[in-house]
Amino acid sequence: MTTATSIPAGTMRRPKARRNITAHIFLVALIVYFLLPLWWLVVASTKDPQGLFTGTGGALWFDKNFNLIANLQELFTYKGGIYLKWLGNSALYSLVGGVGATVLAVLAGYGFAKYRFKGRDLSFAILLGSVMVPLTALVIPTFMLMSQLHLTNTIWAVILPSLLSPFGVYLMRVYAADAIPDELLDAARVDGSGEFRTFLRVALPLMRPAVVTVLLLSVVGTWNNYFLPLAVLSDQNLYPVTVGLGGWQALAASNNGGGTSLYTLIVVGSLVSIIPLIIAFLSLQKYWQGGLSLGALK
Amino acid sequence: MSVSAAARPRRRRSIRRGWIGWLFVAPFGIVFLVFLVAPLAYAFYLSLFSKGLATGTVFSGAGNYVKAFTDPEFLSGLWFVLRFAVVLIPLQMAVSLAAALVLDSLTTRLSRFSRLAIFVPYAIPAVIGTLMWGFLYSPVFGPLTGIFGAINQSAPDILSADNIFGGLLNVVVWQWAGYYMIIIYAALQGIDPSIYEAARIDGATPRQIAFRVKIPMISSAMVLILVFALIGTLQFFTEPQVLKPIANGAITASFTPNIYAYNLAFQFSQFNYASTISFALGIVVFIAVYIFLFSTRKRRGGFSS
Repeated sequence: MTTATSIPAGTMRRPKARRNITAHIFLVALIVYFLLPLWWLVVASTKDPQGLFTGTGGALWFDKNFNLIANLQELFTYKGGIYLKWLGNSALYSLVGGVGATVLAVLAGYGFAKYRFKGRDLSFAILLGSVMVPLTALVIPTFMLMSQLHLTNTIWAVILPSLLSPFGVYLMRVYAADAIPDELLDAARVDGSGEFRTFLRVALPLMRPAVVTVLLLSVVGTWNNYFLPLAVLSDQNLYPVTVGLGGWQALAASNNGGGTSLYTLIVVGSLVSIIPLIIAFLSLQKYWQGGLSLGALK
Repeated sequence: MSVSAAARPRRRRSIRRGWIGWLFVAPFGIVFLVFLVAPLAYAFYLSLFSKGLATGTVFSGAGNYVKAFTDPEFLSGLWFVLRFAVVLIPLQMAVSLAAALVLDSLTTRLSRFSRLAIFVPYAIPAVIGTLMWGFLYSPVFGPLTGIFGAINQSAPDILSADNIFGGLLNVVVWQWAGYYMIIIYAALQGIDPSIYEAARIDGATPRQIAFRVKIPMISSAMVLILVFALIGTLQFFTEPQVLKPIANGAITASFTPNIYAYNLAFQFSQFNYASTISFALGIVVFIAVYIFLFSTRKRRGGFSS
């Protein structure tokens, strides 16, 4: 604010201060709104079934009984620890699916950005068009294709379709085109480096921020996926945590009175299931904050 | 002719590299063919047949599509998602744009914290987000009964047929506004600040700078977001499906086209007709996106290469 000093302080500072106060009140309102469900979840996770229904502190405050540890114990042991199995399935599907999708997207994005080949522009145009194909409209056709191949109700029915990430390819191409100078690749080639080795040693390190972004987006996409696993899986032992908790909720709602303790498990199970991704996002902030905008800046 | 002679070896090298280019693209290409092209083709194939108890499976051509686009259940689902998109998209855009503009003009600790707080819902699965809001809406678990009880009013039942539209609207805005806000914010941060300085010297107020300079400069980011929001809304499934058990009858078996297709396939085993609904939904989304891109006159939009 070096220019502000030349202007009489009284005329400039006051409206700015008032604006800042309004802006901060707006931000506090947003924080309350966006964190309110999480606050409720944390509070509700500490209540016993009784407290969840008729707690002393109301819906948004703690009950007199602090029951978090017992809730966690019940969550992890209920029906032979099926919740832990769901959590493990979610981790497996999203890591294998996410890493696989990222590898494919990095390779294809680099290929599109740095090589001229016959049919490149046409296939990239098809790819861009496919970003607009509603992926959930593919779920039922994919299910039927999978059942022809006897792949439904296996982990592959969830993992293999998760490898598809046209938007990831698009992001990688946009990023690779800007971040990797052709001269650098030519220099590596002149030095006798093979094409794949050039990719690994020269190009890949330069693409790191975009790689992390695409990885995070595809891991989150698979972790959060609900429709696909709901359609292709029927064995409870293969469910990811989203489908499992959704099933518990339908069960709890259908036998109103008897489902009371199940509600506690749903609440504490929801809390546990969101912790890994929140940690991932917070710790990888500096990557995705820049990376998410890649597609938008062009 | 000496030019072409000199060019030839170069050209041959680029052909060799072109072959390598395909090698890089091929693994994704295979997945693309198997999990995008093949299901679409298979769905289209299935949609051309119908299965009757007496007749078995017979070729019916466009019959299923005629049935779909005159099927009141499909049309009412479609009508719902279109209405939902028309209300949701401007609302969501207003929230995320306002948040991004405010965050862009501040560098305080509170603004950094709120950027994360607004974004956090994106990291939460739609199923969990919907479960949480479902609890908050519930007269038993949620705070509404207590709050309205304190002023001697009865709490509105958000999960009733009349209010479920607003209830779903809130869940989706909560879930996605942060993601859109981050994209807009990043686009705003990418603008050269000297442009603001120039506008200020020309006598522009902060409000004018926001509306006349900032928003036009990030229009391609906005188009990208609007397209995503449109695609996402038309294929609405998870949130209504999760709220269904607790929203006593407010969410029907054909509430949205995707829910309808799901129920046709898994409740009634009408796979041919379910494929038709999926494919018809895909066509509607495609048409809607193209109408949208055309009407914003930014056909190259966020997707130029």
